[in-house]
Amino acid sequence: MRKRTNWDGLFHLPLLLIGGTMLLPLVFMMVTALSAPGEAMKATASLTEMIVPRSWRWENFAEVWDIIPFGRYYVNSLLVAAAVTIGQTFTSACAAYAFSRLQWKGRDLLFTAYMATMMVPFAVTMIPNFVAMKMLPEILQQLVPWVDWMSLRVLGRSSDDPGVGRLVGLDSYFALIVPLMFSAYGTFLLRQFFIGIPRELDEAAEIDGCSHWMIFTRIILPLSLPGLATLAIFTFLGVWGNFLWPLVVTNQSELNTLPVGLLSFQGQYGTEWALMMAAALLMLVPVVVIFLCGQRFFVSGLTTGAVKG
Amino acid sequence: MKSTFRERRNRRIALCFLLPNLIGFLAFTLWPVIAALGLSFTSWDLLTPPRWVGVDNFRQLLGFHRDVGGWVANDPLFWQYLRNTFFLMLGLPINMAGSLWLALLLNRKLRGTYLYRLVFFFPSILSGVAIFYLWRWIYNTDYGLLNTLLATLGIDGPNWLGSTRWAKPALMLMGTWMSVGGTSMILYLAALQNVPKELHEAAHVDGANAWQRFWIVTWPSIMPVTFFIFTMGLIHGLQSGFDSAFIMTGGGPNGATTTIGFYIYQKAYLRFEMGYASAVAWVLFLLILAFTLLNWRRGGRNPMTT
Repeated sequence: MRKRTNWDGLFHLPLLLIGGTMLLPLVFMMVTALSAPGEAMKATASLTEMIVPRSWRWENFAEVWDIIPFGRYYVNSLLVAAAVTIGQTFTSACAAYAFSRLQWKGRDLLFTAYMATMMVPFAVTMIPNFVAMKMLPEILQQLVPWVDWMSLRVLGRSSDDPGVGRLVGLDSYFALIVPLMFSAYGTFLLRQFFIGIPRELDEAAEIDGCSHWMIFTRIILPLSLPGLATLAIFTFLGVWGNFLWPLVVTNQSELNTLPVGLLSFQGQYGTEWALMMAAALLMLVPVVVIFLCGQRFFVSGLTTGAVKG
Repeated sequence: MKSTFRERRNRRIALCFLLPNLIGFLAFTLWPVIAALGLSFTSWDLLTPPRWVGVDNFRQLLGFHRDVGGWVANDPLFWQYLRNTFFLMLGLPINMAGSLWLALLLNRKLRGTYLYRLVFFFPSILSGVAIFYLWRWIYNTDYGLLNTLLATLGIDGPNWLGSTRWAKPALMLMGTWMSVGGTSMILYLAALQNVPKELHEAAHVDGANAWQRFWIVTWPSIMPVTFFIFTMGLIHGLQSGFDSAFIMTGGGPNGATTTIGFYIYQKAYLRFEMGYASAVAWVLFLLILAFTLLNWRRGGRNPMTT
């Protein structure tokens, strides 16, 4: 065989270049977020000044919390994302158990129906779901008149107290959370993980007198923690970035999640790019933390179902 | 007797496990799909009761009428926005080629591969509203990163998001930054690691150079993944474009960045034409269905369920 030259160095060149290109916008974002008022909008025409901070104005990050109800948006986003994540992981795991561990008539047919709905665009279900949310309080008021379903609630007595929205319907946490708690994708993903667990384990447990619920909670769930973590991460990130649904079901500022809340920021401080970028960066913090902590789950989550087959 | 008892018991248990998900599935997916179809045959502004209008919405949406100059679409905006949607989807094959190229580079297992993969993947998890604001700032005509970069090269950059000519390419470039190192690259990397080494060695012995080996050995082996990424990209691409357009361009200039998804939002929540919006949504659904089935038949199988 002929001697092979070591070309490794050559391959590092494009890799480094692309890596730099990937990071450049983010560096620019950070530099803008740290700039002094008005500094970003100065004609500099120098690239170095855009990627090397001229000032380190960390106060920008603090100011964001004062000029809009950023904290409220943050809490809303965390609350909604956490609730949907817990709910969706639970419902998906239960359904995945029924689809992978139990034999029953019509199982495969229903599973195919589930899979087919992954093709349904959100735009199709959005309108009826929106209408349902709009009408729900009125319907419930007719059925259960002794509960106040219609009015927006405030925490305290005075009108400037933060509102907590309706119980159900538009402008409610219900609308932000509940419709997102059921996922065909999650069911599919967890089913793939469950199928990989040897059946002998639950057969042995069944002989020992375990009920299905015990097999599910004591054997299947602990053994598929990576799968659950994968789904939880993807769900959390998906809900955290969700924009359209919260946009259409909330009007009240107190119920806005971060992506929608930033709109009011844009309206008032649209040209204050330093503050804008600081707010955007703060919004990315949980995403980065989750990504760095849960990296190994990303690959398994992305490749399940695509390459396995 | 015993087996039927067991079967019935199993079905009851299965139902219990399924119920939490099934209720939501019926209430928030299956029923809305049917309801949207029903709504698409009505005219409804949310204030007055819905009025049955038969196929009028679809005739308005997809139909043509004769005008002085010839046939004219009843709803020219729909066709313009459909063209926009397809135009923006031209980024898909470009991004896929980029992803494959990156995967091939990373598959050489150089030192620092792990770090490269991390950096390439990073933008794809950040995508979302925050990143759309960032890119709006990057595309700023006077102070943005891109035009400053171009200025150092002596090029006078355009008003990216404000010109009908550059707004779409600008969104596509952002899309490439966000997705080239994302899911598709990871999928390609996994697929490349499954390509049989013996085939490569055999081709090498037969005197095939790297370029030939890629087309003879690698490309056919990763074909299923290519199909998968392409199908998913189509499904995703046809319904995407709302968030970025809403944040960055407002669908403009002159509707140049309005996609079908954005049009549905406009019709439903700015014009309150719920029936018409449902009709557009259903046409989008059928379009996605058609593309998927077409792809499915060509690919032979659905990589999602096998």
